[in-house]
Amino acid sequence: MKPEPISKSIDVDLIRADFPILQRETSPGVPLVYLDNAATSQKPLSVIEAMNAYYRKYNSNVHRGIHTLSEEATVAYEKARARIAEFIGASSWQEIVFTRNATEAFNLLAHSWGRTKLTRGDRILLTEMEHHANIVPWQMLAAELEVILDFVPISEDGKLNLEQYRVLLGKGPKLVGFTQMSNVLGTINPVKEMTTLAHEAGAIVVVDGAQSVPHMPVNVVEDDVDFLAFSSHKMLGPTGIGVLYGKKDLLAEMPPFLGGGDMIKRVELTGFTTNEAPYKFEAGTPAIAEAIGLGVAIDYLDSLGMESVRAHEREMVTYAMERLEEVPGVVVLGPKAEARGGVTSFTFQGAHPHDVAQVLDEYGIAVRAGHHCAMPVHQRFGVLATTRASYYIYNTTSEVDSLIEALYRVQELFG
Amino acid sequence: MDDLYREVIIDRYKNPHQRGELDPHDYSYKDDNPLCGDEIRIDLRVDGENKVTEAVFSGQGCAISIASADLLVESIVGKNLDEIKGLAKEDILELLGIELGPVRLKCALLSLKVLKAGVYGMESIEEELK
Repeated sequence: MKPEPISKSIDVDLIRADFPILQRETSPGVPLVYLDNAATSQKPLSVIEAMNAYYRKYNSNVHRGIHTLSEEATVAYEKARARIAEFIGASSWQEIVFTRNATEAFNLLAHSWGRTKLTRGDRILLTEMEHHANIVPWQMLAAELEVILDFVPISEDGKLNLEQYRVLLGKGPKLVGFTQMSNVLGTINPVKEMTTLAHEAGAIVVVDGAQSVPHMPVNVVEDDVDFLAFSSHKMLGPTGIGVLYGKKDLLAEMPPFLGGGDMIKRVELTGFTTNEAPYKFEAGTPAIAEAIGLGVAIDYLDSLGMESVRAHEREMVTYAMERLEEVPGVVVLGPKAEARGGVTSFTFQGAHPHDVAQVLDEYGIAVRAGHHCAMPVHQRFGVLATTRASYYIYNTTSEVDSLIEALYRVQELFG
Repeated sequence: MDDLYREVIIDRYKNPHQRGELDPHDYSYKDDNPLCGDEIRIDLRVDGENKVTEAVFSGQGCAISIASADLLVESIVGKNLDEIKGLAKEDILELLGIELGPVRLKCALLSLKVLKAGVYGMESIEEELK
């Protein structure tokens, strides 16, 4: 039997000291309250310094040089890949493909897997709570190949309707794609259960981990997912790099994505032979400093423990939901606190999300206003846009108090 | 902020003077800003000399976009179409009496975009009829 994971509580004061940006003010005397973590997270000093060190001390290209600098860069770059594999429980570094972001990972899949495995009339099953990144690449593919997209509906409580999921699996989709955690509702979906059902129906499973990997323990082998996509910049790492995890045998069957250097074994004027995974999906000089930064971001998260990260955010979101519901006119979308990650999207009676966000900004509070790249979710709940506050390891309940106080000011103005 | 949300803006947002639709109208045009979910429609009636006799707006949006639409359509009553074509960003900001960053500027200018698209569109139809 596996031992229960030990969840130590995290020391937010210590953590905050590691993030230089959290010390700043947005205007004189107004400290920053950063609650836009679902859009992008802040970066600890260790990540910034690791990227700096690469440029200051061993900047060079990877994989091709014989000289000292290139050796050092290659080692650091590949060490990051191995760290990522370990972090998500993958069995090999060869299952970790570097992309620009989660969006590119989905595009890679649609382009490479989709075009070779799907033909006219095949079905893809997605959900209504997907980010546009896990909808639009499949829509583009559907238009090209005439494959059919189905969507699992969202129930009134903000969770996926699993009854309908089973029904739609009955149509025999070749691919099932769903998010592990909604970036609007915060809903955490039962990945293992959904994956098992999809496999029983003969489908390949791709999971959007952009909101889950940064915030909770994720294990691709335990959950048996076939593909997992996520982005570095939402998990303390830099922008410009993301990850596609894929099971080794599935990656082996897929043709390359982009053509160029690094993805080939040899090139002649009459043609080329393809490199092995993951390199066959990584044409051209990669984002080296960014990969190194992501590796260090993972070290940081690991030092806290993902169980503890999850526990802190559960505490934050429980408190935030409680307090938000106190404010007259505020309606929070999505499930109860215990079923969600650290995201609270809400509407405000009489005030447009842009106006809400603008007023909050005057108090130094950074939130996101709009549809958060998930228009279908908003359509499902009949709202045009929401204001979203999202939490991470460095947020405190007193920051939630500041949010609530500022919302009362919104109410004074607009209520 | 208390600058941005001047009383006039909040007031126009909550109780716009010029909200409505005209049926029949000489001109009606609608556009949206899907990123924010803002949507503005403007209806006009003009006299024989292309002078605006009635102007109203409908739709939904944030305080800045609604207030600017309300102030804008109110300001064009009595103006002819050529004058409307000459309206610029600065005129909207002057009506609102505030300064805006690039993001919120889009909200403020949606109604001007709608108005101008419509006026130019109407003219091109007239050209066709000549």
